[in-house]
Amino acid sequence: MQTYFAENIDVAVIGAGHAGVEAALASARLGAKTVCFTINLDWVGNMPCNPSIGGTAKGHLVREIDALGGEMGKAADANTLQSRMLNRGKGPAVHSLRAQIDRRDYSAYMKHTLEKQENLLVRQAEIINLEKVDDLWQLTTALGAVFTAKSVVLATGTFLKGKIFVGEVNYEGGPDGTFAATKLSESLLKLNLPLRRFKTGTPARVLKSSIDFSRLEEQNGDEQTVPFSFETKTAPQNIVSCHISYTNDKTKEVILNNIHRSPLYGGVIEGVGPRYCPSIEDKIVRFADKERHQLFIEPCGKNTEEMYLQGMSSSLPEEVQLKFYRTIEGLEDVKIMRPAYAIEYDCIDPIALFPTLEVKGHSGLFGAGQFNGSSGYEEAAAQGLVAGINAAKLAKGEELFHLSRSGSYIGTLIDDLVTKGCADPYRMMTSRSEYRLILRQNNADERLTPLGYELGLISEERYLKFKDTLNIKNAEIERLENTYASPTDAINEMLMKKGTAPLKAGVSMADLIRRPQLSITDILPFDKNHPILSEELLDKVETEIKYSGYIKRQLASVKEMHRMENTKLSVDTPYNEIDGLRLEAKEKLSKVKPLSIGQAMGISGVSPADISVLIIWLSKKGH
Amino acid sequence: MITDTIAAISTPLGEGGVSTVRISGDDAFMVAEKIFKSKNNKSLSAMAGYTAAFGAVYDGDERLDEAVALVFRAPKSYTGENTVELSVHGGIHLIRRVLRAAVTAGARVAEGGEFTKRAFLNGKMSLTEAESVMSLISAKNDRALNIATRNKQGALSKRINALTEKLLYLVSQISVFSDFPEDDTLFISEDVFKTSLTAILGELTSLIADYDKGRLITEGINTVIVGSPNAGKSTLMNLLSKTQRSIVTSIAGTTRDIVEQTAKVGDYTLLLADTAGIHQTADEVEKIGIEQALQRLETADLCLGVFDSSVDVTDDDKELINRIKDKATLLVLNKNDLQCSGNNYYETLNLPFVKISALTGEGENDLVGAIAELLKLNELDPNAEVLQGERQYNTVLRAKNAVNEALLAINGGVTLDAVGILIDDALSALLELDGKKITTEVANEVFKNFCVGK
Repeated sequence: MQTYFAENIDVAVIGAGHAGVEAALASARLGAKTVCFTINLDWVGNMPCNPSIGGTAKGHLVREIDALGGEMGKAADANTLQSRMLNRGKGPAVHSLRAQIDRRDYSAYMKHTLEKQENLLVRQAEIINLEKVDDLWQLTTALGAVFTAKSVVLATGTFLKGKIFVGEVNYEGGPDGTFAATKLSESLLKLNLPLRRFKTGTPARVLKSSIDFSRLEEQNGDEQTVPFSFETKTAPQNIVSCHISYTNDKTKEVILNNIHRSPLYGGVIEGVGPRYCPSIEDKIVRFADKERHQLFIEPCGKNTEEMYLQGMSSSLPEEVQLKFYRTIEGLEDVKIMRPAYAIEYDCIDPIALFPTLEVKGHSGLFGAGQFNGSSGYEEAAAQGLVAGINAAKLAKGEELFHLSRSGSYIGTLIDDLVTKGCADPYRMMTSRSEYRLILRQNNADERLTPLGYELGLISEERYLKFKDTLNIKNAEIERLENTYASPTDAINEMLMKKGTAPLKAGVSMADLIRRPQLSITDILPFDKNHPILSEELLDKVETEIKYSGYIKRQLASVKEMHRMENTKLSVDTPYNEIDGLRLEAKEKLSKVKPLSIGQAMGISGVSPADISVLIIWLSKKGH
Repeated sequence: MITDTIAAISTPLGEGGVSTVRISGDDAFMVAEKIFKSKNNKSLSAMAGYTAAFGAVYDGDERLDEAVALVFRAPKSYTGENTVELSVHGGIHLIRRVLRAAVTAGARVAEGGEFTKRAFLNGKMSLTEAESVMSLISAKNDRALNIATRNKQGALSKRINALTEKLLYLVSQISVFSDFPEDDTLFISEDVFKTSLTAILGELTSLIADYDKGRLITEGINTVIVGSPNAGKSTLMNLLSKTQRSIVTSIAGTTRDIVEQTAKVGDYTLLLADTAGIHQTADEVEKIGIEQALQRLETADLCLGVFDSSVDVTDDDKELINRIKDKATLLVLNKNDLQCSGNNYYETLNLPFVKISALTGEGENDLVGAIAELLKLNELDPNAEVLQGERQYNTVLRAKNAVNEALLAINGGVTLDAVGILIDDALSALLELDGKKITTEVANEVFKNFCVGK
């Protein structure tokens, strides 16, 4: 093929999915000359699986992305169809925002945002070769254009050697009928990147008018909605509802009778699927004693009659899909518009990455999203943001950054990936964090906006406003701690009604808020001088007062973790020469190359005894 | 970095049949070969693990003694490193010369507990096992030895592991509760959660209670002997400790300072403190002694109140009874051998008592039984796993308090996400207990208490 030199740039992003768009925007916003490559320009920021953003722990990620200056939260707010705060009533640590999104509008919004961004060109092209020539990365497109770049972000999603499976049928291809990127893997293998196969899947999209909604349970959005972005001023509107149905014995029977036709059980698929997002046949086989499985019927957009069947992904043949979907109440006459399919793709063993998301031994090469072994739009966007920031930093000759486990879910996600690795597509969950009560979705701005400002992704205006709000919040907490309620008949009547003890003497407003039976809004009528605060601020104030004891307790473990994270390890640490380390630990440590004792502690196969050997070795070396 | 080779005398310092120097580390064979020559010129580094050679130990050119060298090859040794044990005839001077020769040959004298520290670091034993090695070495009596042996065998680890598993299950339940909000069928009910937590609290509580009893057994019972002047306190002390440490005369007020003595009584060890007789006095020296006696009373595990039942009760006696009646007190009614004046005042006080003659030893066995009963030492299952040392105790106490708080919180209506933090705390305390979770302090804290040799 005849090639031609196209352009020398700072940062090349391969892929324009949720990881790619955040990487490209962050890089360009930091002033790096950036090109974002996509195989199909009509699918920028596409949602090839569920038309929703957020959910448990994922909602936290979106808020953190926003707090750092990413785009996902704003794009979701602008295209929300329905919004719900999950786990309300289960405590502030696990409140999680989830919204149904108009899939095509979201994609259009993202594409337009990329197009408008200064320093950024989004370009349709398949990259077929990547190699380092002198000090620059050289990328060749399928049509022969040659780009050189200081940094490259691999955000290839499921496109990399993508292969579609529907029953006995399989073919090369990307998601939603796109082409796969078939050639890039070869050059990655030449770079000795440890590639492997993962698998994921999606359910069918069905025609709305073929569903009997009268027989289904309706699920509405919250009356009072909350936006993802700290910058969104108006609360999103609920304009659609979702519906719930269940599988039954018939469903189980159809699936089990045809299980031999599943490429997963027939052994045709070699890739590993996501443990926490299994296909319906997987659920039925693995949880054989469960009577029924829940499914959610979700609209895909305002201008379409396509409906998504959440919880029902499958790789069974099309005819079997139709048969088992039709066993479900409300779906007896359902018509499939797009069948469910499984997709298998190449990705990297994330142990090969530093917490900066740079590939070890390949300066300037970064990975993000499904390429790194994760699953989910939000997980991808979070990594895209970090990879994009570091790609730009590297191009500008600045020191790379990474986020700590104790400061964010993004940091936890990346630490888990690069330290522990993953055996199946990694999904974020609140239980992955040891610091849940501190890493709340309602304080993501306090945790990360100062850093976003320092990095250059948060505007001066937003930062000043953030600081103002912070001061108001702190002043209000202080005031509530020092304002006393007297034992009047009115307040005691309210307290007794709420099932908590009446007052005998004066007690601080804060102490009343700390009673589990009471909320801050119960107290306000008895607090004459309270300032008028936004819902968002009231929520923050209430959480911090109510859980102050628990928060303090968790801060103590954060402090211990910080000490471990601040005990730095050099990338060149000669683990093989440190006596006392067990063989397995030497191997794992040499492979992971942890940046701190804190990171080393998370490596499976490195025991506490090994850690004490390391601590002793470090302290002896220090003398 | 652990590269150096260490050596220490690993048998008790004293006159015995055999004494041993243990050499461990990468260069253990090289060091040992410099000071040991086998009779048939076998080189130690060529020998298989678990084999022995007979020969002699040298310090330079000087032949010190006949010796047996026992070879252990890494990782199959106590420390997990190459190890040689050189055994020579007993004798403090000789074994010290052997150690000195080993040091001249390139070894370093081991720090306290260093062999065991290496065993832990090389993954040969868990932290609680390591700690019990220390207890084994310093066990004061048979019961203490029994506890330490069982812990060395990992019995305590197993009991802690079982609790850890239960807490982990609850933690996983909290994850299900928070991560899969749409599926309520996955979560065990809050009632089951509470029941399980209550059971865990019960087990932690019994570990703590056993520790207090176990401490009395492993470390000895701090016992203070009080009583009026000349009631026979010193005679009792001498009877129990089988020595004549306290000067006994018929002159009241002979003991003015606190006299301390260790006594093995039945299965138990009493750390006896004989005090000045408590009574009204103008004697300045005696006053100080009485003051000390009262202080000692405050911190004691056991108070033996000695009274002369052959004479009438005095006001001093009554006041003393008042001071000790709320402590763990056993009344020792002495001078049973003298014709009794018929004073049975002490027996009506509703306090445990024994009648003895400290002079003849009559009633001594009753005394031992009464002590065990009073301190509920018999309730401690001789085969139970018992915590050893303040570190283990404090860690379990932390876990217990956290679980207790978690229960109070749930019952008070606090949400599970916050309760989860308390459960995490309890879990990490138990993991620390067995060294499964390391904090910078833990290792150093534990090992500084070890004695040389093991």
